[in-house]
Amino acid sequence: MNELRDKYIAAIANATDENALEELRVQAVGKKGEVSLQMRELGKMTPEERQVAGPKLNALKDEINSALSAKKAGLEDAALDERLRSEWLDVTLPSRSRGQGSIHPISQVTEEVTAIFADMGFGVAEGPRIDTDWYNFDALNIPGHHPARAEMDTFYMHRDEGDERPPHVLRTHTSPVQIRTMEKQGAPLRIICPGGVYRADYDQTHTPMFHQVEGLALDKDISMANLKWVLEEFVKAFFEVDDVELRFRASHFPFTEPSAEVDIRCSWEGGTLKVGEGDDWLEILGSGMVHPKVLQAGGIDPDIWQGFAFGMGIDRIAMLKYGIPDLRAFFDSDLRWLRHYGFASLDQPTLHGGLSR
Amino acid sequence: MKFTLSWLKDHLDTQASVDEICEVLTDLGLEVEEVINPADRLKSFTLGKVTHAEQHPDADRLRVCTVQTDEGAKQIVCGAPNARTGITIVLCKPGDYVPGIDLTLSVGKIRGVESHGMMASERELELSDEHDGIIELPSGEVGDKFVDWLARHAPEKVDPVIDIAITPNRPDALGVRGIAIDLAARGLGVLKPVVEHRVEGGFASPINVSIDEDARENGCFVFAGRLIKGVANGPSPEWLQQRLKAIGLRPISKLVDVTNFFTYDRNRPLHVFDAGKVTGDLRIHRASAGDKIVGLDEKEYTFTGGQVVISDDSGIESIAGVMGGLETGCTDGTTDVFLEAAYWDHIQIAMTGRALKINSDARYRNERGIDPAYNMQAMEDATAMIIELCGGEASDVVVAGQVPDVSRAYKLDAARVQSLVGMDIPEAEQRQTLTALGFTLEGDMAWVPSWRPDVQGEADLVEEVARIASLTKLVGKPLKRVHAGVPKAILLPSQKREQAARRMCAGLGYNECVTYSFVDQASAALFGGGENATKLENPISSEMSHMRPDLLVGLLQAASRNQARGFADLALFEVGPVFHGGEPEEQALQVSGLLVGKTGPKDVHGESRVVDLFDAKADAEAVLSAIGAPAKVQVLRDGPAWWHPGRHGKICLGPKKVLGIFGELHPKVLREMGVKGPAVAFTIWPQEVPAARKKSATRPALKASDLQAVERDFAFVVDAGVEALTLANAAAGADKALIAGVHVFDEFIADGAAGGSLGEGKKSLAITVRLQPVDTTLKDDDIEAVSKKIVEKVSKATGGSLRG
Repeated sequence: MNELRDKYIAAIANATDENALEELRVQAVGKKGEVSLQMRELGKMTPEERQVAGPKLNALKDEINSALSAKKAGLEDAALDERLRSEWLDVTLPSRSRGQGSIHPISQVTEEVTAIFADMGFGVAEGPRIDTDWYNFDALNIPGHHPARAEMDTFYMHRDEGDERPPHVLRTHTSPVQIRTMEKQGAPLRIICPGGVYRADYDQTHTPMFHQVEGLALDKDISMANLKWVLEEFVKAFFEVDDVELRFRASHFPFTEPSAEVDIRCSWEGGTLKVGEGDDWLEILGSGMVHPKVLQAGGIDPDIWQGFAFGMGIDRIAMLKYGIPDLRAFFDSDLRWLRHYGFASLDQPTLHGGLSR
Repeated sequence: MKFTLSWLKDHLDTQASVDEICEVLTDLGLEVEEVINPADRLKSFTLGKVTHAEQHPDADRLRVCTVQTDEGAKQIVCGAPNARTGITIVLCKPGDYVPGIDLTLSVGKIRGVESHGMMASERELELSDEHDGIIELPSGEVGDKFVDWLARHAPEKVDPVIDIAITPNRPDALGVRGIAIDLAARGLGVLKPVVEHRVEGGFASPINVSIDEDARENGCFVFAGRLIKGVANGPSPEWLQQRLKAIGLRPISKLVDVTNFFTYDRNRPLHVFDAGKVTGDLRIHRASAGDKIVGLDEKEYTFTGGQVVISDDSGIESIAGVMGGLETGCTDGTTDVFLEAAYWDHIQIAMTGRALKINSDARYRNERGIDPAYNMQAMEDATAMIIELCGGEASDVVVAGQVPDVSRAYKLDAARVQSLVGMDIPEAEQRQTLTALGFTLEGDMAWVPSWRPDVQGEADLVEEVARIASLTKLVGKPLKRVHAGVPKAILLPSQKREQAARRMCAGLGYNECVTYSFVDQASAALFGGGENATKLENPISSEMSHMRPDLLVGLLQAASRNQARGFADLALFEVGPVFHGGEPEEQALQVSGLLVGKTGPKDVHGESRVVDLFDAKADAEAVLSAIGAPAKVQVLRDGPAWWHPGRHGKICLGPKKVLGIFGELHPKVLREMGVKGPAVAFTIWPQEVPAARKKSATRPALKASDLQAVERDFAFVVDAGVEALTLANAAAGADKALIAGVHVFDEFIADGAAGGSLGEGKKSLAITVRLQPVDTTLKDDDIEAVSKKIVEKVSKATGGSLRG
């Protein structure tokens, strides 16, 4: 029996392909193989003989089978290795192209501003871009003869002959949204109103369309000191700095009283803006306590409610934060500009994850 | 508004420095835009004394001088004829910048002799045009700073000029007096009293004045005038010329300079007529359309009718309150002058200025509002100044109309002031502030000074108190949260949709554009717009004349510009409003994406291909899915004309509810817009997508069967016009319980008119049907039965048959 074992184990070890292995299997453990034939002999043996020979034969069969499958796996591995050796690709070839989209800085910054003010309880209100002159001017305490009207370079819509209404305007600021929202929601109220506005001006630093965000907070005890705090918090969060100094300067806007222009402390070293340090002041927004006449226009009793409003340029704060030099390029859709200054679709600004990457 | 420090000091007794004054002005709301301090460029120069001067050995006109300086004796070569021993001079040392010759000095050698600096002439220091010799000072010690000497002996030469921006509500600050009042109220000095002159008339004015009935209302409140005869006009005295020059005005003559002086000193425009050229009396009336006048600026103006003017017997002589006429203007030869002080309706002035496009100092002030109460005193003060400068004798004052009463009072609510500002300002301080600004307090009522037309209510009192108290000192106070705890979500569903659509587009590889809301008429017309309702009355160019009817206009223009820059493959999108009319409510939010060229650059994988409408369709579906549109939609045809007629589809919920469109753009539209095709696009109207009904965040439980799903393929031969969706829907309807999905995976249209084996005008559509058993495993018989039903349903719906 040992002879048989040695013969087959050696033959299996020497087999060079799967066919040879199969032949050996048939010869050894196939139905008519040598081991099987010997097993048939077991019936003729005495029980004592069988007790000895049976287990030995079974063990032999198992051993041969194991050797067969081990050899088979070895041959397969060798064949695979051989194949893989021939399978070589130039992995430095370019990958399959996938378009890289982008979000415009105006959209991104609008979402940043929204995230910050949402935390302070401000909702987002919207209004039409074409508006009546009442919403754009009169309701905001800018009567027809007010010099501010002339200074605003307003775009007027065409009026057909016979239509005696004053011409509608392209809103010159987002402030009419304040009035519309006051009418709809009343007080107390906390909203920001981001969106496009229009003025007939086109030069190095002006485009006939730009973007503003307006803020409005009304309650019974809101003061200008609250306004200053809100703006301080906003500027810190938006520019992602720990501390910032704001300077309120008395100014004039028809729709607020008192009014203040707000500067932030900054430095311009080597043309780069750093917020919160340095000796320069950068004018960033206009603000004030909502004028009683404006509250009245919005249907809100100024003897009960008071609050603040502010407005700033979205494009402007985007330029400051991200170092974008030219306002006109915002609206030119130059692919190179969109890719360079744009944001990835997954860069959704959040307070917990940070506004910018 | 420009003024000089010395001019301010006429009205304000102060020791404050220019820097302090500027800081306070800005804080008060009178924003300093620029300070020009002539001392800045003279500050390095010191005084020296020439102790010895001798002829240059090699030059006839040069002298070699020894000059005593703060750094000891220096040798300086000088060509000035007056360089001589004993004079006190202004020394410029090596390293100093000399403004008049635009040069930084260094030690030089002049004809072989070293020179350690320069002795300056007035021209070299830009003090005057004088260059006949070097400056010889009558006093001063060696080493003194020249600017200090000037400040003591010729302060006007180093008088700082301050330029401030005036907000439209503060006409009072258009006069130096008003600025001084603000500064005094802040405590930066003491307001000096004004001298009120009085000149008795010696005779009756030969020129009378009257106001026509129709010019009284909204025209002229009061017109005062008087003749001053026997005046000697000519150049103004040096101090007055210096002042006017310092603030950028050209001195003209004594009479004209007096009116300019009052304009800037007291915000009080005046006018002087050369009485010798006035015929008869002066009449204030409204101009007729077509009337003309040549103004003092020598330009001819044509009235549109209704403007208030001043005429004499020979015609219009002055545009009231805006600009005088050339014909009766004063010249050096004027001997009799008629002085006007009037108060005009400010709206009328603004309208006249706008109609005639005149921006004069007089218009600027009269339209913002001057002090009506000062009208008659201004007449006296100006008369006194004219007589002082020009001599002459004044007539009685003639007056038409009357000075309006603008007195009014508002309640000062000290507590409200504190509540609004959020600053602790005691009532006494509030009252003191208002008093210093010229208000008169009677109990809690504050009477407004006549020079403050902007103060029109209680809120304006708050502003005055706050601004004088200084908003710079305001300390921020936290704004309470609306609800304690974690802030609530604030975005409306529509706003979340807009963000989701935008980020999906960017995720799909599109670059977001923000294009102008207005486009040219021709382009707008291609997209169903360009009509008068959306036309701008005053566009800045013909390229921006109409509100866009569709975002694709701007995107195609952007594509064209990018193609010109060498970018052929583009994926651009925009999210923004479009306008189908000129009313506020005729605006809708749109999302549009545009694909131009190929899917990507040519590549080793051979996958770059021309974009087609199914790219646009896939992106439209992705965006719709991102904003929560239902998955089951209809795709209909017959969209607007800017789409390829056979290659676009409207994504609809019923025939009237269009959620979006995708397809190829019409080749003609591309040509008109200058875009090289191919170009496909999609448009989505997020507002059309129905709002989600669910209120709870909970999802229904997942029903996942353990039984294996089975897929079967079918191919049908149908007419070429049959749409795949019809076929797929029919198949899906065969057994709604069992069929989990139907997917079209092949379309085969035979080449040639004969249609190959399929027959003419036929095509083959192949679908995979996925069967998901619910209760028991499917047997062959079950599958056979459902297959039969599918074939029946499809045949009935499409008229086609199973492909053999």
